[in-house]
Amino acid sequence: MAAGQRRLDIEDAGDVTIARFVDKKILEENNIQVIGNQLYGLIEEDGRKKIVLDFSNVEYLSSAALGKLITLNNKVKSAKGKLRLCGIRPDIYEVFAITKLNTVFDIKPDRDQALAGF
Amino acid sequence: MATHRFNETIPSELDAAERIQDRIIALLEQEGFSAREVFGMRLALEEAIVNAIKHGNRMDPGKTVRIQCEVDPTRVYVEVEDQGPGFNPIDIPDPTAVENLEKPGGRGIMLMRAFMTRVEYVGKGNQVLLEKVRDPSES
Repeated sequence: MAAGQRRLDIEDAGDVTIARFVDKKILEENNIQVIGNQLYGLIEEDGRKKIVLDFSNVEYLSSAALGKLITLNNKVKSAKGKLRLCGIRPDIYEVFAITKLNTVFDIKPDRDQALAGF
Repeated sequence: MATHRFNETIPSELDAAERIQDRIIALLEQEGFSAREVFGMRLALEEAIVNAIKHGNRMDPGKTVRIQCEVDPTRVYVEVEDQGPGFNPIDIPDPTAVENLEKPGGRGIMLMRAFMTRVEYVGKGNQVLLEKVRDPSES
């Protein structure tokens, strides 16, 4: 797949931006770089402050993807924004739990609950 | 009892890493390993092989990664060896320590250990052994 291909579907719900991963696997370094750049652009160029990341398509992710998510979370925080994750299947939630990143990220079961009170 | 064995040397390229992972995962699926075991094996292989290419060989196109694999209905055993200087896994800080939780790196080895039965770095630390013994209750 081309490195420049879109990796996220972006949708607005009021003042919240919902970014849904298109890929089933967020593993390969080039893809992760493209995803990271697209996500950082939401904060740094578009000035969006409330972002929901929807993982419902994602079946695999690697530690490199976790690293990008942490960097994104740090960027959102320094821009005084908020990030929520949703739609994470149990296998992947376990990856967050093992690494204790379930304590770093605000994780909701689904999109509706992620939008509620955001 | 069928045992699948192969020994392959791949270039330090991420596409080659993905192809060999797919080959090993296909053997697990053929032997009826559970979806959870397949998930853990894919994750561990990704971390081990990408570490070998990126941190071991530093993406040097002149260096290769050797992968030896054995899959039978009861276990999977994989050796991943790069041509880098090696490292001591004890030197990797605990990524779950409060001061490291918001740092982007350092989680690969922890994930391998969580999903595998055994993870061992041998020699000068440029070779990792991964073993997953099948859990009969999961299949």
